[in-house]
Amino acid sequence: MNPVFSLPEASTHAVRVDHIFYGLLVLTGLTMIAVFVLIVMLAVRYRRGSSAERGPLPEIVSREFEIGWTSATLFLFIFLFWWAASADLSGLSAPANALEMHVVAKQWMWKTQHSNGAREINALHVPVDQPVRLVMTSQDVIHSFFVPAFRVKQDVLPGRDTEIWFRATKTGVFPLLCAEYCGTDHSMMRGRIVVMRQEDYASWLDKQPEGDDLAHQGAQLFVAQGCSGCHADSSSVHAPKLTGLYGSTVQLSDGRQVKADDGYIRDSILQPKREVVAGYEPIMPVYAGLLDDGEVQGLTAYIRSLASPNRTQTDGAAK
Amino acid sequence: MTDALLTGDLPLPPRPDYLRHGVTLKSWLITTDHKRIAILYAITITIFFFMGGIAITLVRLELLTPNGWLLTSDTYNKLFSFHGIVMVWFFLVPSIPNTLGNFLLPLMIGAPDVAFPRLNLFSWYLTIAAGVLTVYALIAGGVDTGWTFYTPYSTMFSNSHVFAAASGVFVVGFASIATGVNFIATTHMLRAPGMTWFRLPLFVWAIYATSIVMVLATPVLAISLLLVIAERWLGLPIFNPANGGDPILFQHLFWFYSHPAVYIMVLPAMGVVSEIIPCFARRRIFGYDFMVYAMLVIAGIGFFVWGHHMFVSGQSPYANLIFSFLSFIIAVPSAIKVFNWTASLYRGQISFEAPMLYALGFVGLFTTGGLSGLFLASIPVDVHVTDTYFVVAHFHYIMVGGSVSAFFAGLHFWWPKITGKMYPESWSRFAAILMYAGFNMTFLPQFFAGYLGMPRRYHTYPPEFQIYNVMSSSGAAILALAYLLPLGYLAWSLYYGERAGKNPWGATGLEWTTFSPPPPKNFDWQPRVDRGPYDYHAEGQSAGLDPPEVQNARGVL
Repeated sequence: MNPVFSLPEASTHAVRVDHIFYGLLVLTGLTMIAVFVLIVMLAVRYRRGSSAERGPLPEIVSREFEIGWTSATLFLFIFLFWWAASADLSGLSAPANALEMHVVAKQWMWKTQHSNGAREINALHVPVDQPVRLVMTSQDVIHSFFVPAFRVKQDVLPGRDTEIWFRATKTGVFPLLCAEYCGTDHSMMRGRIVVMRQEDYASWLDKQPEGDDLAHQGAQLFVAQGCSGCHADSSSVHAPKLTGLYGSTVQLSDGRQVKADDGYIRDSILQPKREVVAGYEPIMPVYAGLLDDGEVQGLTAYIRSLASPNRTQTDGAAK
Repeated sequence: MTDALLTGDLPLPPRPDYLRHGVTLKSWLITTDHKRIAILYAITITIFFFMGGIAITLVRLELLTPNGWLLTSDTYNKLFSFHGIVMVWFFLVPSIPNTLGNFLLPLMIGAPDVAFPRLNLFSWYLTIAAGVLTVYALIAGGVDTGWTFYTPYSTMFSNSHVFAAASGVFVVGFASIATGVNFIATTHMLRAPGMTWFRLPLFVWAIYATSIVMVLATPVLAISLLLVIAERWLGLPIFNPANGGDPILFQHLFWFYSHPAVYIMVLPAMGVVSEIIPCFARRRIFGYDFMVYAMLVIAGIGFFVWGHHMFVSGQSPYANLIFSFLSFIIAVPSAIKVFNWTASLYRGQISFEAPMLYALGFVGLFTTGGLSGLFLASIPVDVHVTDTYFVVAHFHYIMVGGSVSAFFAGLHFWWPKITGKMYPESWSRFAAILMYAGFNMTFLPQFFAGYLGMPRRYHTYPPEFQIYNVMSSSGAAILALAYLLPLGYLAWSLYYGERAGKNPWGATGLEWTTFSPPPPKNFDWQPRVDRGPYDYHAEGQSAGLDPPEVQNARGVL
């Protein structure tokens, strides 16, 4: 539980956000005091019938005055934009060595899964001082993954993956909240983020019930859903081969080029006729409605695992 | 014609003012007099204000304890949704434009009525029809989508009366558009001889800028709600990703209206305050033309900042940057206005009647709310505080602290003109101060709760936030009292108030040259304008205590 009057800074990101927050607090606080003091002083000094000097207005109260404070405000605000935006950009993409974990949100719970397949409900154990990248999707409405102690928040959307990353800097238990209104028990859709020392996390993970990791589940689905009939390296059907596909650039039949990332793989499974690879017929059936979000994540993870040259398709499927 | 006649002190042949022109209910329901339609609107929005107020009173009571004690989660969700829908579309959007604006716009420009009087009445009937639909949605069981109707929740998952509520908002949008068109045409076509654009009072400019935003933005709201209805009712695949739709599309459409709608709510408030501060400081407004440009710039850039509601929605980070930049830029004209109101006090002869207290309250609360907006324009901070009580506090400071304070300021300022009666001054000053205090007690703690991570729209909440919610709820009790007080003493003044003269505040502006209450066609003379607004003293001088040179109401008797 959080203390009542302060919020722990439990991630690298939190420190950055708080710098800006406190900077803005000082700046806006001073501005507010200046405006309020000015209004009160003027109101007292120039109350009706007071003896303060009136007469002709001094030269300085003029158009130049107005232009002066307009441009001062403008430059200040542009500076603030630059300051906040550069902090935002620096934290945009996750480090390459980030641990990948998966989150599926549904009314009104969080389902999380670790890289080795261990699953949790309304909780996520993460190691301290190690970047963690979450790939998130929703099974129903829009939710929002919000960890106040980390100062991170990201909407979780149906039919699409969104990502967020953080590097926890303090061990402990921190609240996880749903921040996007999602219906009746929106306010009960809470969980906890447990930040552990790295060795504790490793042993915790070992103790979890064995679960296939996502790529293995995906490999089984790849056969079970009939994908392998066309896409396996040994198949005689004229279909794009998937080994080495992930991360590469794909030439489409309409002339565009796209990068084969998570979103592209997902769309190509669910709505294959939208983006057809150049040189192939649009013969693949639509999988939208046949696969749930977890299954799509599994298949995506499997196709991603085929990207690395030391792991061949048969190898993955055989396991 | 003598000067005494010009200032209106000689008795004219008796003829009833607009209130006594017809006394039957029918004469009110088929009236095309803009002043009577303003009264119809005033009664309507007062009823809606208290309906929305009762809903939020229950919500604040429920939030006294972390785990709820009074309501179910569904009831709670329906109450805050009803509060939002009613307060935004049935109180704030029509509040100043359709009551004070309707009443004052023709008076201020020296016209006998608005350009399309029957369209004006039709717009009121649309509001009533829309209100009936929305109240039906409540009585039938309520709607639980929040005022934002986010998809796919509203189209696929909500089991409440989305159809009726969305139809209500859809219809009230057309009332907005009709009013906007009417006011634009009125300002263009019906200005009195000599009333050039840069002699218009700032209130007229504010209503004009607001009308442009209404006419351009509201159709987008209509289409987005129509799409919600189409998907929910007919199953057309628009927002549901399972059918290839995009739920984020709705947010883009919705905020393309709803961000400019913030300016629909706050520009008229700025206009009201720009009339009141010069009058009670006996000063020309500082930087009249900058004030005009600032309003036009706000109305214009207001269309291009909607994406700052969506920093965490998954939209492109580059789009976030652009929206963040423009959100900082739009704060500049707002800051100019605050500086200019402040500078207008310099070397004034300031008195502190109730309208001035409300107006200064507006400046204070608007400044606080505006400065908190800088936090929300900064992407990294917004990511943390968006969808928390920080945002709730921010927009209540602007839309309730700002707009509602200004509405009360205007109501007190023009009450003698509208009703011909004066209200008890000490009660009204007390209510103004109480409202400022109650408002801050209610919403200041919410900034803290939000920063510490209390999400909005939470029926139950982690117990560490209880202290802030208790503070907020007790402030709300004081605020509620401050809202009820004017209802009491203003009603009292209708029967027992002193008779008001033509110009009780010694204000400039054409509306003060005619009788209180005005005759049915506003002026017994054709007004002619030969000076700018706010002519409280000679150019380049400080305030004096002499009555201002009012606009000449000279010409055809």
